Amino acid sequence: MLTLEHAYVFAGLVFAAYAVLSARDGENVRRYWNAVFWALVAAMFLLGSRLSDTTNGMIALALLLVGGFGLLGRGHGATTDRAERVTSATRRGNALFVPALIVPATAVIGTLLAKQVNWAGHPILDPKQATVISLAIGVILAWAAAVTWLRPPPLAPLEEGRRLMDTVGWAAILPQMLAALGAVFALAGVGRAVGSLAIHTIPLTEPLAVVAVYCVGMALFTIVMGNAFAAFPVMTAAIGLPLIVHKFGGNPAIMSAIGMLSGFCGTLVTPMAANFNIVPAALLDLDRNAVIRAQMPTAFLLLLANTLLMYFLVFRFGTHSP
Amino acid sequence: MLTLLGVAVMVAGFLIRINPLLVIAAAALVSGLAAGLHPDAILAAFGKAFRDSRYVSLAFLVLPVIGILERYGLQERARQLIARFRAATPGRLLLAYLFMRQAFATIGLTAIGGHAQMVRPLVAPMAEAALGENADEASRARIRAFAASADNVGAFFGEDIFVAVSSILLIKAFLEQTGVIVQPFALSLWAIPTALLAFIIHGTRLLLLDRRRSAPTKRE
Repeated sequence: MLTLEHAYVFAGLVFAAYAVLSARDGENVRRYWNAVFWALVAAMFLLGSRLSDTTNGMIALALLLVGGFGLLGRGHGATTDRAERVTSATRRGNALFVPALIVPATAVIGTLLAKQVNWAGHPILDPKQATVISLAIGVILAWAAAVTWLRPPPLAPLEEGRRLMDTVGWAAILPQMLAALGAVFALAGVGRAVGSLAIHTIPLTEPLAVVAVYCVGMALFTIVMGNAFAAFPVMTAAIGLPLIVHKFGGNPAIMSAIGMLSGFCGTLVTPMAANFNIVPAALLDLDRNAVIRAQMPTAFLLLLANTLLMYFLVFRFGTHSP
Repeated sequence: MLTLLGVAVMVAGFLIRINPLLVIAAAALVSGLAAGLHPDAILAAFGKAFRDSRYVSLAFLVLPVIGILERYGLQERARQLIARFRAATPGRLLLAYLFMRQAFATIGLTAIGGHAQMVRPLVAPMAEAALGENADEASRARIRAFAASADNVGAFFGEDIFVAVSSILLIKAFLEQTGVIVQPFALSLWAIPTALLAFIIHGTRLLLLDRRRSAPTKRE
């Protein structure tokens, strides 16, 4: 059976190649720091499962320091210029889209088929992680297709991948670091502290006030933690269930569905949700907060709409038996 | 209550724009120590969660494929394609992408889309091309930022309509622990009003991009 571990080995080898190519990149004055950074990422993928939690913590710490103190440069790998690209695009036409679409197509097909396809009674793909594993398979297929068709120099895919990876730079590990911070916050009881702070400082006697505190609290907590999943249990245990459901007889399904989506409004405006807001800004060569700025009015209006929706729906379809 | 110092460190760090990685390291240390944890325990908890969330970074695997196709003109082809459609404007194009992204997400196909595989190589260059040749870099940058926003809004407010998505399973599991039983179907049903409003609000803002652009610059 193909599992996440196989995908990690593939990713580890790709990042190890970035490390080697970085070290050989004479045009980048900080090439050895880039090499160290990508080598640490490779180690995390290749060895992470076998190393102790503390050793993984030391890898994370080393990445934090190399990335945090701005030691990374930008690699230059040989690529084509604008004119060559326009010529190639004109000559090759829309067929260029085909390899790019192999990846999402494989991910979708793999996800749909994972449960059905078996080999000697065992599933071929780990059904729980089917999408991520299929994505890795899609990358291999698309890579093979592109190389067969375009016949680039053998190292070109890795050089181009490294070029793009260097534009993302230290932001590449931000999502994982934030997940790790979330775990430390959970261990330290930050969630409970925020919940009790909210419940002790805000007077909660009016249904509208309770709904507003719950929805806005979901968004604010998500902004802090970067993830609505971390906010939901805390806010729902502190305010949602005791007040909206048990005290005022609101419908728990409506409260939870709209509450979670209020959290997503927070996701739209927080740099803590790095893979949605900061990584794309790097990939699109934008100011770090440009994507957040574009999303801010939508997030604000939608949070307002969610609060009103919940207020008008949650009690109307409520059950007065707790 | 002292553990909230970690949150204060995060907020302060972002406000004075220190590198986020250093802010994260400081916040983890502060809130862990404030809760009375030993530094070794903090490091181990951090390392374990860092390792366990590796799957997030697998998304970068697509970059060699995107890179090699860009080398042979993928972005330029996306631009050429859009330049032929006179009716294409950045707002309409991004609205179409928002619709597609959200519609696929509602049936569980969140794998179609994404910043590395769709927005950077295809959606952003197409939307920029629809701006026309004479647009300045500020307008181009704004359109690229909105291309990323369309991807996020579509994915976030579409996926919760799909019954088997992780957020719905999380809600159901958490409520069950507290003795409240809800049906996943009810959760996805009540995600629909917000999904519609998200499409209307963000879709309107995308279309307004065209108006804002044509007023001062006057293309053709």
